[in-house]
Amino acid sequence: MSFCLKKNLLDMNLYKENPALKFQLGHPLMEKIVALKEQNFADKDKYDYAPQDFEDAIDSYDRILEIVGEICGDIIAPNAESVDHEGPQVINNRVKYARGTQENHDALAKAGLYGMALPRQYGGLNFSMVPYVMAAELVSRADAGFANIWGLQDCAETIAEFASEDIKAEFLPRVCAGETCSMDLTEPDAGSDLQAVQLKATFNEEDQTWYLNGVKRFITNGDAQIKLVLARSEEGTNDGRGLSYFVCDNKHDDRIKVRRIENKLGIKGSPTCELVFTNAPAKLVGTRRMGLIKYVMSLMNGARLGVGAQSVGLSAAAYEEALAYARDRRQFGKAIIEFPAVFEMVSMIKAKLDASRAILYECTRFVDVYKAYEAIEATRKLTPEEKADYKEYQRLADAFTPMLKMFSSEFANQNAYDCIQVHGGSGFMKDYACERLYRDARILTIYEGTSQLQTVAAIRHVTTGGYLKQIRAYENMEINPIFNPIRARLVAMTEKYEAIVNAVVETKNQEYLDFVARRLVEMAGHIIMTYLLIIDATRDEQFRTSAEVYINYAEAEVEKHYSFIKAFNIDDIELYKA
Amino acid sequence: MSLKIVVLAKQVPDTRNVGKDAMKADGTVNRAALPAIYNPEDLNALEQALRLKEIHPGSTVHVLTMGPSRAAEVIRESMFRGADGGYLLSGREFAGSDTLATSYALSCALRKLGKIDVIICGRQAIDGDTAQVGPQVAEKLGIPQITYAEEILAVENDTITVKRRLERGVEVVKGRLPMLVTVNGSAAACRPRHAKLTLKYKLAKTQSEVQEAGNDYTEVFNNRPYLKIDEWSVNDIEHDPKWLGMSGSPTKVKQIENVVFTAKESKRLEPTDAEIDGLMKELIANHTIG
Repeated sequence: MSFCLKKNLLDMNLYKENPALKFQLGHPLMEKIVALKEQNFADKDKYDYAPQDFEDAIDSYDRILEIVGEICGDIIAPNAESVDHEGPQVINNRVKYARGTQENHDALAKAGLYGMALPRQYGGLNFSMVPYVMAAELVSRADAGFANIWGLQDCAETIAEFASEDIKAEFLPRVCAGETCSMDLTEPDAGSDLQAVQLKATFNEEDQTWYLNGVKRFITNGDAQIKLVLARSEEGTNDGRGLSYFVCDNKHDDRIKVRRIENKLGIKGSPTCELVFTNAPAKLVGTRRMGLIKYVMSLMNGARLGVGAQSVGLSAAAYEEALAYARDRRQFGKAIIEFPAVFEMVSMIKAKLDASRAILYECTRFVDVYKAYEAIEATRKLTPEEKADYKEYQRLADAFTPMLKMFSSEFANQNAYDCIQVHGGSGFMKDYACERLYRDARILTIYEGTSQLQTVAAIRHVTTGGYLKQIRAYENMEINPIFNPIRARLVAMTEKYEAIVNAVVETKNQEYLDFVARRLVEMAGHIIMTYLLIIDATRDEQFRTSAEVYINYAEAEVEKHYSFIKAFNIDDIELYKA
Repeated sequence: MSLKIVVLAKQVPDTRNVGKDAMKADGTVNRAALPAIYNPEDLNALEQALRLKEIHPGSTVHVLTMGPSRAAEVIRESMFRGADGGYLLSGREFAGSDTLATSYALSCALRKLGKIDVIICGRQAIDGDTAQVGPQVAEKLGIPQITYAEEILAVENDTITVKRRLERGVEVVKGRLPMLVTVNGSAAACRPRHAKLTLKYKLAKTQSEVQEAGNDYTEVFNNRPYLKIDEWSVNDIEHDPKWLGMSGSPTKVKQIENVVFTAKESKRLEPTDAEIDGLMKELIANHTIG
């Protein structure tokens, strides 16, 4: 009998070890989501891997997430450090991934995990968004930088939604086989303001083909095989209405060159490229001129959900690192987690993690329902009831996506910051994972729309009462009576929120509204997330502590914003203008 | 050329995470206290088999395992990774088998499968660490064997080329088919489970599992015959009962000792180059380092 002492003594499965994830598969709305997605399980006789019924579908999600969790634990997480050190390189205008990045990608591709959410006819698993977003969270927990390469399969969603049948048939099976994607939007002078995109698309009448010319900058995974490019197709235009959307098959020849990759603070494994297009042939996706207005907006919503998942994954990693260190590290004769200053930090990381995860999956379920209706609508006319339901969930998804993106990314940063703080001096050294988490977290509040832009997208749901309506709906949901005191506090917080929103709106001063917008969105967000936590805790005891910790924080935050706005003199805005 | 490949695999207790109750008082392994897993080196063997299948279209990979009903999990795990199917050899007649009885039973089952080109198995199982079953099976079948393989480099015509990992280096050897190959843990790790195959085969069961669960599986097996995992009892193989199970197992466990390292001897060195040099040589000589 011998016992082999290997380094990977304990195989970690990042899915199985985390009961908070499986919990989400048991949400009551999953039945509706699966029913819409599987359409009477019509695929069951056509594909040997399609589910037979609801239980079978949930079991399939569970099993596939187990594979994802295993690959994350065995391969992606152990590679994260070397990928961060090594990073990608540009060799002859091509990107070469770090060794670990390539290994991660190959493992996921070989396991058939790309294209999880795509329809089966193109080789996908036809999964709903909930398990897909869970997979994204798991990958991010293992390595937030790699999550970008994995997450760019979102591009395929846009193709599936808007492109012609020919384009779908050409590109989607390739995504499922593991070819990577990129979305080429930004340029040196077009970042947050995408209306300024200049890359030119010209139609050649002779061969009936579009050709792309110009420069793109800050393109994640820019050397991907399949590229979605936003380009100016209408000569002489200067705004968003002159932009169209193209899919480009990157042949890795002289037509699309990687000029350089950026040297970044974090997510170093993910290559951020500057690209030069020289007569690169491309195909139009959807309708001309709708590039920015329709398709990019849709893609962005998906990408923001992706950043939400990435943020929650990073927070999960920060929590685990902080907790492990605080339990292990001893000072003054005891583990540091026994000191109030430390246990408060660790429990706040956990509460913010659970709160952001709660809104992540709530938002994902909304997206799931409306996307499923959207897919159905492409095949038949929806009944008036279905149409109303579709619009309702679309509205909820629109309201929750920017709130999710803003909160989860800000929390990920706060959590990574506190994770280093728990580590003390050691956390500042390169010896612990927390410094990488801190650097990786920083981009989350910036890309796919900064927190400031999320506020712009969210504020109309404050002023039109969208959030309030949903808060009222939560207020009337059945909860475990032990949470009645928390609900009473939430009702009082809601009153303050409603009063202060009305006061701001009544001034009819746009600048003032913009000035306090973030505070108002945060007030709504704290109330919503606390409700979600008590609703989750009603179904599962594991969230109770976070619910009780979070309400204390949320209440103080709401009070803080309330008193700031209440005491604020509108004329004081002038003081803030540089 | 298409190959008929069989992988020998074993479900073992996970001795990598051993707690206090890993052994029973009578000196046998407490299987109930340890999770059952796919023997790690058998997974390396499966990977080699799947690679051969990829290079040689039309090849088949089947897994043969002997064990209780729950050992069917090993076959399902193999199917999730790309194996075409498997056979579970099960029954109380096989209980208590040592390596000799095990290799006898496996060789009987392999004979039933007809002409096989390559049999691949892990070097050894982590519960016994004997590395005897593979070689004994080859002997009983009267076919050649290549042990300690790290990679099967090629199969061409009737020749297999294998890289072996030995204590002091590697060697590349060739041999004629049919061949039995035992694979080291240093070989490529097995691929992860494949998403679609996992969903396709997740309901695969043996007849005993169906009975144990009390399900009516008739319709499932009729509609999707690939979900039926073959299960063989002692009656399905040609055998001589005296070579099976306890009666075929000459190995006897005499005693199990729990060894706890207690030595705390220390040695004082003078801080001179000569003393340090002497210590280094001693440590190298007794393999503490190097």
